[in-house]
Amino acid sequence: MIDSMFIGKLILNFFVVLFVTAALSFAAGGGDNYVKDYKFSFEGPLGSYDQNQLQRGLKVYTEICSACHGLKYVPIRTLGDEGGLGYSEDQVRAYAENYEIFDPELDDYRPAKPTDHFPEVVDAGAPDLSLMAKARAGFHGPMGTGINQFVKGIGGAEYIASLLAGYTGEEKEEFGTVFYENTAYPGRWIAMAPPLYGEDVDFDDGHSNELKYEAMDVAAFLTWAAEPKMMARKHVGFRAVLFLILLSALLYATNKTLWAPIKKRSA
Amino acid sequence: MAGIPHDHYEPGSKGEKWLHRRLPIVGLLYDTIMLPTPKNLNWMWIWGAVLTFCLALQIITGIVLAMHYTPHVDQAFASVEHIMRNVNGGHMLRYLHANGASLFFIAVYAHIFRGLYYGSYKEPREVTWIIGMLIYVLMMATAFMGYVLPWGQMSFWGATVITGLFGAVPFIGDALQTLLLGGPAVDNATLNRFFSLHYLLPFLIAGLVIVHIWAFHTTGNNNPTGVEVRRESKEEAEKDTVPFWPYYIIKDVFALAVIMVIFFAVVGFMPNYLGHPDNYIEANPLATPAHIVPEWYFLPFYAILRAFTADVWVVQIVSFLTGGIIDAKFFGVLAMFGAILVMAIAPWLDTSSVRSARYRPMLKLWFAILVVDFILLMWLGAMPAEEPYASLSLIASAYWFAYFLVILPLLGVLEKPLPQPMTIEEDFNKKYPPIEANVSSSQTEVPAE
Repeated sequence: MIDSMFIGKLILNFFVVLFVTAALSFAAGGGDNYVKDYKFSFEGPLGSYDQNQLQRGLKVYTEICSACHGLKYVPIRTLGDEGGLGYSEDQVRAYAENYEIFDPELDDYRPAKPTDHFPEVVDAGAPDLSLMAKARAGFHGPMGTGINQFVKGIGGAEYIASLLAGYTGEEKEEFGTVFYENTAYPGRWIAMAPPLYGEDVDFDDGHSNELKYEAMDVAAFLTWAAEPKMMARKHVGFRAVLFLILLSALLYATNKTLWAPIKKRSA
Repeated sequence: MAGIPHDHYEPGSKGEKWLHRRLPIVGLLYDTIMLPTPKNLNWMWIWGAVLTFCLALQIITGIVLAMHYTPHVDQAFASVEHIMRNVNGGHMLRYLHANGASLFFIAVYAHIFRGLYYGSYKEPREVTWIIGMLIYVLMMATAFMGYVLPWGQMSFWGATVITGLFGAVPFIGDALQTLLLGGPAVDNATLNRFFSLHYLLPFLIAGLVIVHIWAFHTTGNNNPTGVEVRRESKEEAEKDTVPFWPYYIIKDVFALAVIMVIFFAVVGFMPNYLGHPDNYIEANPLATPAHIVPEWYFLPFYAILRAFTADVWVVQIVSFLTGGIIDAKFFGVLAMFGAILVMAIAPWLDTSSVRSARYRPMLKLWFAILVVDFILLMWLGAMPAEEPYASLSLIASAYWFAYFLVILPLLGVLEKPLPQPMTIEEDFNKKYPPIEANVSSSQTEVPAE
């Protein structure tokens, strides 16, 4: 039937359009920056966070980034969550005490507790990093469709790692502000001074602390900070898809049997 | 009740009889579910069920989300993060709700274009069509206001741009915009009224859906041939139809299950695919994003809105004739709403006596171009306002209007339709030849596929 083929193509078109336009809608901002496709363990439907990497990333954040950047939406207690960094209760409590929090009830500063959030840092004028890994898209391919998100994620982690490892060493001064050349930053000139040079942090697990690894580790940590429930979400997605495929198969058979007498074929 | 003759509910037990005398609700449900439905419906007739599911999904997830959301400019963004991090299952609820909106629009566009292709809008289903268009407009309003609630950058700037359109209305524009926003700019009052309306409108939609279903249950479903079900007698009607339950409910549920596989793969594995990264940055009235892009489902009409700029001669003529009352901005707004309006009045623009495009060779071609045109407009809506996109937008917008205002009226006169089957039964038997009549009848017919 020409008719049903025609309609079939129509449906296909709708999905193609959906993919293309959705991707284009945020590809529009792309341009002169280059985001390297780092390989992360949490990419793809089956990917999961690497607990050691997240812990290393936390260390980079704590020792370097936290001087200027806050994580105001992230509760410290979630460092103990499964599917994330997986610290013990005592470790989380000890970590929380690194921070001084202003308590309006005491009208004074006190050491942070696990129930507090990471502090907000406003003095440096640097953006909060809680959601940075979702607020930047590194990929829009292939051909602007963005479908590779399915296997790579939106590329936020890659963007962060590329940015941290993307300084060329050039700098310029404009209106009293120093800008640093960075190959990953749209517009190439960024106000943030290079935060990492390599060997800035000693990792407890003895992992290499070259610049590339520090950048990747903190990017992985920030991805967790932005999407702490990723593991739970993928598990639900995986089970739902399997269940629905089975259900579809059963319903297909039911439907076929049901209609057989109407279509006058043997059931 | 008017409609296709069929068996009605007979209360059996004593209890049923008791209730039926007082409130015939079981009979109403029975008649609704046992509606005689043309037996030749194809897979494009599943979208109504998908849409009903979407509405239910959105209302259920939305009600739970509203329990944890705070409609205040200082807390809205944080409360969404609270849902994502602290509420049990909150991340799934929110991703289901956000992606559910996209599924809703995929389904509604498929549903509308199915209606345009098979002439479902034509006599006697005009009222069903008009109510459907009202539902579609309410859906867009609901989706737009829902997108503002997370109070991200795109929420804020999208709201600023779209409400700005109402400011283009001559004379009352400013007052209208202020009324909509609850003040001079998008602010807390805007967020509050959008939240209130975002909660209200889905229930209006649900009400209209009931009327929509009532209307087409009265006229009967259209079908791929566009030939009406015979309704002189119950026996004749039964040759053309099957009851909705179980035949179409099982078919629709099967289709829904397949669609859910894709839906859950998107929600589980790439839930932010259809979103914009900028909306994970809290709204900041002082920082305009580089590109303000609406959600994908608004893009075709957004492209039409932007197509009519001040240097287009039609706009200049209209502006001159109205003494400048209709300027380029207002013209764009009129064009955007007009694009939906021409679709809504299609029943009176289409002059052909034949309903289904299956028997309309010329319409088939123009309709295919319309689909491509819609896709093109969607793409153009996401592009920056510069050449060659501006000229392409103008051409694509012009075709959209030409299809409804010129092509549909003219084709009724110019086109020579193909012969239609006499009955739905004939069409169905051609596709599924009766086993006992296989030998005798199939030779005279076109070979079955």
